[in-house]
Parts: sequence; structure tokens; C-alpha cells
Amino acid sequence: MALLQISEPGQSTAPHQHRLAAGIDLGTTNSLVASVRSGTADTLPDAEGRHLLPSVVRYQAGQAPVVGVAALAAAVTDPLNTIASIKRLMGRGIEDVRHIGTSLPYEFVPGSSGMPLLHTAAGNLSPVEVSAEILRTLKNRAEQTLGGELQGVVITVPAYFDDAQRQATRDAGRLAGLNVMRLLNEPTAAAVAYGLDKGSEGIIAIYDLGGGTFDISVLRLNRGVFEVMSTAGDSALGGDDMDRAVAGWLMQQTGIEDDAGHGQLRHLLQEARSAKEALTTETSTPVCIERDDGTRWEGELSREVLNQLVAPLVEKTLLPCRRALRDAGVRAADIGTVVMVGGSTRVPLVRERVAAFFDAEPMVDIDPDKVVAVGAAIQADILAGNKPDDEMLLLDVIPLSLGIETMGGLTEKIIPRNTTIPTARAQEFTTFKDGQTAMSLHVVQGERELVENCRSLARFELHDIPPMVAGAARIRVTFQVDADGLLNVTAEEETQGVKSSIEVKPSYGLSDGEIETMLRDSMEYAEDDRDARRLREEQVEADRVLEALRAALKIDGEELLSAGEREVIDAAALSLEAARSGRDYRAIKAAIAAVEQACSGYVERRMNTSISKAMAGHAVDEFKSQ
Amino acid sequence: MPCGLQARKQSVPAMATHASTDHFERFGIPRSFDMDLGVLDSRYRELQRTVHPDRFASAGEAERRLSMQQTSAINEGYQTLKDPLRRGRHLLELSGYNLGDEPHTTRDTAFLMEQMELRESLGEVRGNSDPFAALENIMDRIAEDIVTLQSQLRENFERASVADLEAAASALMKMQFYRRLQEEVMDLEAALEDELV
Repeated sequence: MALLQISEPGQSTAPHQHRLAAGIDLGTTNSLVASVRSGTADTLPDAEGRHLLPSVVRYQAGQAPVVGVAALAAAVTDPLNTIASIKRLMGRGIEDVRHIGTSLPYEFVPGSSGMPLLHTAAGNLSPVEVSAEILRTLKNRAEQTLGGELQGVVITVPAYFDDAQRQATRDAGRLAGLNVMRLLNEPTAAAVAYGLDKGSEGIIAIYDLGGGTFDISVLRLNRGVFEVMSTAGDSALGGDDMDRAVAGWLMQQTGIEDDAGHGQLRHLLQEARSAKEALTTETSTPVCIERDDGTRWEGELSREVLNQLVAPLVEKTLLPCRRALRDAGVRAADIGTVVMVGGSTRVPLVRERVAAFFDAEPMVDIDPDKVVAVGAAIQADILAGNKPDDEMLLLDVIPLSLGIETMGGLTEKIIPRNTTIPTARAQEFTTFKDGQTAMSLHVVQGERELVENCRSLARFELHDIPPMVAGAARIRVTFQVDADGLLNVTAEEETQGVKSSIEVKPSYGLSDGEIETMLRDSMEYAEDDRDARRLREEQVEADRVLEALRAALKIDGEELLSAGEREVIDAAALSLEAARSGRDYRAIKAAIAAVEQACSGYVERRMNTSISKAMAGHAVDEFKSQ
Repeated sequence: MPCGLQARKQSVPAMATHASTDHFERFGIPRSFDMDLGVLDSRYRELQRTVHPDRFASAGEAERRLSMQQTSAINEGYQTLKDPLRRGRHLLELSGYNLGDEPHTTRDTAFLMEQMELRESLGEVRGNSDPFAALENIMDRIAEDIVTLQSQLRENFERASVADLEAAASALMKMQFYRRLQEEVMDLEAALEDELV
């Protein structure tokens, strides 16, 4: 006789609830949000039916920021307070901005954390805060369309983004109140959107030319696994540069000088972009420029002239293409499929040159503006647990080598570029002086030998090293890169087993404290709401932990746990349930930690068991086939 | 320059806290220098499917951390087993041979002569009428020599006597020489290609 199953009060009887998840393409020029609904991934439009959200934010004193089309409209009249192309500044330092900044018409002030701040009517703002504003708009759009709170999102980043740029993107997500399940590389997202895992096998290239970034990735497909073999690119090259090349030509034609006002330059750039876009289908297009003095210039731009203007930029993208092929150990002829991503791949010359380089007709079936968001939505749906049986797996790589500074300002590589992530490497260090109790590590990213030619990521200070004679201490520093491509450093003194504490000073990023302050300051986190929000977050987390635990115990709790161990876990779970029904977020947090602590042995046993099972299955298969 | 920082030795796999980390065992593959890359690839994918962080995105923090560590170890193992040089070193290590004793120089004059000759050809590539063909020629010669070294290593690891392990260590050292040369060839090829644009 079957026993009736009765669920506990408050516990859902449904075996699995669909979790709301979304994919976000946070672009230089436009941003999009997409979600899987009824099994199909698609981008979500705003109330006016527009899918693309211009990545533009306008700030005015004492008013809420305006994002998107309305902000873009103010770009010419209010250029200093209307921030566009903020992605170019993510994770960048004040020095970089001097370099890129000449082409961005904003006023910068140095921030406390090496990050440049933009001076606007609403105060000084970091690029992270501006990006968070765009993300918040997309979050609201998704939640209104889907009719509920988003449980998690996947945000895409250029594959060639370094650690600081990735961290800045993740911070922006956090600031926007999003649970960022994963940062996904844009080319990989595009491959997912094309469903290239279904049926097709072989080597493909993804050519992704966006508004401000260029990526090339070489992937190997095999039975649902996307394995990135290499990636290369230029995180400061894109359609914006084409617009500037055209604007430069317009300046020559019209006699407008470099020192023209911000508004005049913005107008030139917008006209340049419109002309470039028109030449995707036309062979010639009329251009009309209004000068600040009220006079007008009317002329024409032909596709031929456009091609001449942008040809050097297109050629510049082929250098990383060659490098990616070399790093993957393949030749152009080995590439079966080339996928085009990013609005700038609409430029006819780009398609021509890429087709000639790979000797393959590029795939353009999915709208190049939407393809990345769609792929991110598919990945988000899987990560949220909505498709537990899906075979798809993404194996991505770190785009740039990670190293540390050694004697004489040289770089010693710890993790080479194109290493599959997650990955961990350890390095041993020793002390230089008797009784030394602290040391500092400078972590850099890049391929060059001299530290000054690489990007400085952070300085780590190790403290609490037990005092010993010089050279006796053995400090093991572990560099762990997670599935988001983000670096984490830990250190331990090995002879005495002391965990050294680490103080991180990000070179161009925000410290945890600064993010906390921003979260506190932002309007959504007004003082009263803050505790309520924290409570809500911890409750959601508690439910997730409990649900996962119940599911696991049902499967193999009997098999893997002794009665005593089971009692400890059950007790911890009961305490968590009790805390969950209270109003104290700190108590819930502590109870979650206690459950995880109680389960640590169980979790490890489960994973080892599944590994053994995976291997055993193989041995049987091979035995049969022999 | 950070004060008082000294690198003690080359970076090591973070998982190898115990000398007993056996990547062959992890992948369920018999310990041998020969490697069926097809089997290795399929085992790798299978293991990844089981432990990858994407499978644990909605799990608790402890589980996510464990999944990340396990996946890192599997990635490390895959890279070690895939590459003949790293595979050979791993076999030496597993057979108890102290890698610290690995020779850093060789008295093999024929080998040294050939190295000099190859380096000389590499130095002359830029002056060549077809530098890319010249580079390919050098690459082919290196590849041939590596094939010879590999068959020697195969025999050494099969017999696995003390003398064999020493011979294997010496062959691996030569392979390391070739590996550096290959890297230099590729760097030069990259530089020449970039100059064409």
C-alpha cells in the first residue's frame, strides 16, 4: 500500500516551480533583456514595443535619472549630463580615460579607488553606478513583462574583458539589485542562441563587433558541449570608432574644428552613425550638418568613401582573428562556420572581409543585435534550474594571462591565457627578512613581460605571517579563477598552517565597502527598505537551501548518511526553518551557514559519488563495445 | 616592487597538496605514456557534466565552492594528460622519481648541435624569400624529433627501470627545449603576420 505523501505546512507540493530568469546584454550602444517563455527565448520589448534600450543615461539635479530613448534625445542639448558608451569606462583607470576620454565628451574627476568619476548635475558618478541604472531599467522591464521578481540573471560581457572590467559589471548587477548567476562571454552566448550544440559538431568562429568592443572566439562543439578553444579581441574597438572616422571626414568637409562645442560634436557623431547605417543597404546617402552658427552643410557620403574610412578598423579586427586561430592550433580552413554578432557586422565591408578571411559565408540568420541576449536567456533558464535534463554545457576560457610582479618589474605568469575556467594555480613564496610578518603581491593581467605594460588588477597584502628566519616561511598563495572569469586570491603559511589574512586593494575597482555605501545611498535602498530587503533576500536564500537539501536527502540521504549524521543535518534544517519564519535576517543568515556547515561532509560525498558513477558508466560502456 | 617577495619555485597545480594526486586515476585511465585522446576527451566531458559550476548555480555556497574546486582539478588533470610533456612529467612524479633531480643541461652533443642549427635557421628566417615556408620547415623538423622522443618515452615508461626513468627525464628535458623553440617559432610567425597588415 502506498503511503499518502503530505507536505509540511508552507512547503510547496509542486515538484518544481518555474523560476523567473533573464539574460541581459549590457551593450556599449544598446542593451537588451531576454527570457525563455513557453520554451522559447526572445527579447522583451518595452511598453512602446522597442526591444533595444539605448545604453544612455541622463542625469538632472534633484530628479530620477532617465534611461534609453528619452535620454538619447537629450544627448545633443545636454551632452555633459547625458552619458553614453559607459561600457568603455567599466573597470578602467583615470590613465585609460585620458586615452579614451578625448573621444568621450564628459567631465571627469578622479575617484578615491582609482576609478574615474563622471561629473554630472546629479553629482559625481562612477561607471558602475551608470551601468547599474541601465540594468535597473531592464530589470523593471523584465519583471513587469514576466509578472514577478527575477530570481536570477545572466549578464554578458565581451570575452576579452579583463578581471577589472568583469568585476565592475558584476558590481553594477549587484547595485541594480540583481542576483547575477553568471557573467557569460558574448560570443559564447551567440553560439548558444544559434543552437549550434544541436546536431552540429566541429570548429566554429564567432566574430563579434559591437559598438565599442571586438571579440573573436574559436569554439569546438561536441555533443552539447561548447568548448572555447581560444579567444582574442580588442576591448576598445567597435562601431563607435567607425562613427568617429566618419565624423572626422565630415569635419574636414564642413570645416568644423576639434574645439567645437560638445553639442556640435555629438550632432556630428549622430549624423555619422545615421549615414553609416544607411549605407548598409544604399550605395550613397545624403548628409546634412547644421553648424553652431546656424549655417548648413549638405553633401553625400558614398559606400566607397565609407569603406575607405573604416577599412583600417576592419583590418585591425583581423589581427586578433589570426591570434585566436594560432592559439587554438587551427587554420582558417578548419573553421566550418563563422557566426556574425553585433550591430557593426551589418557594415558590408565587415562581412566581405570576414568571409574572405575565413573563406566561409558568415551566418547572419539571427538579428545580430539580439543574438547575445537570447543566448544569455537560454543559459539563465538552465542555471535557474528550469531545465534539469539539458545536456548543454559551456566550457569557457580566461582571455588574458594572470601574473604577478617579481623582481625588476617583470611579470611572472601564473595562469596563461586561454586556460579553461574554473582553474586554480598555487605559488609558494618565502620571506626576505628575519621576522617578516607581512608581504605584498601585485597581481597583473596581460601578455607583456614588463609589469608596466600589463593591467594592474590589485595589490594583495598578506598579514599574520608567523615570524621566522628569512626564507623559512612557506606561504602558499592560491589563485582561483571562477566560472565568471573572476580572480580570487587566498594565502596560507604552510609550515605552521596559519591562514594569512588578505587585504585587497583593487587597482580600478570598488571595494566591498564602497559598494555597500552605494547600495545604502541609492534610492531603492532607502533606510527603511534596507532591512526589509535583506530579510527578503535571506528568506529566499533559506528556501533555496532547504529545497535543495530536501531534494538531495530524498535521493541519497539513506545511502550516504549514518543515523547520527542525519540527525545533525535534520536539526540544523529545523533551526533554519524556525529562523526562516522570524523577522531577523541575521539569524536566518547564521542558520543557513550552520546548515551548510552540517552538510559539508555530505555534500562532498555526494559529489564524489556522482563522479564515481560517471566514471563507472563509462567503464561499462567501453567494456560492452569491446 | 613588493617588499620582500621571493618566488620559491614554479607555480604548481593548486589541488596537488598531496603528492598522490593521480590524474590517470581521476579520469579512470590506465597509467601509461600512450594516451587515447578520444577516450580522454569523452571522460573529460563526462566529468565536466557531473561537477561543472553551471550544474550547481542554484545550490548552496558550500556546494558551489566544492564544484568549482573539483572542476578546477579536472581541468588541470585534462591539461596534464593531454600534453605529452606534462603527461610524461606526471608519470615520472607518480613513479616516485624526484622531479627536483631532473637534469637541466645535457651532454648529448648531437642534440646540442641540432638545437644550435635549428636556432640558426630561426635567426635567418627574416632574410628568407619565403619566411613562412622556412618557419614551416623548422616546425616540421621539430615535430619529427618530438615523435622520435615520444616513442623513446613510451618504451622507457613501459620498462620503468631506474635507468629508464633517468632516460625519460632526459628525454622530457629535450622535449622542453623543443617546446620553447616551438613557442619562439610561433611568436615569430605572429610578428611576421602582423607586419604584413
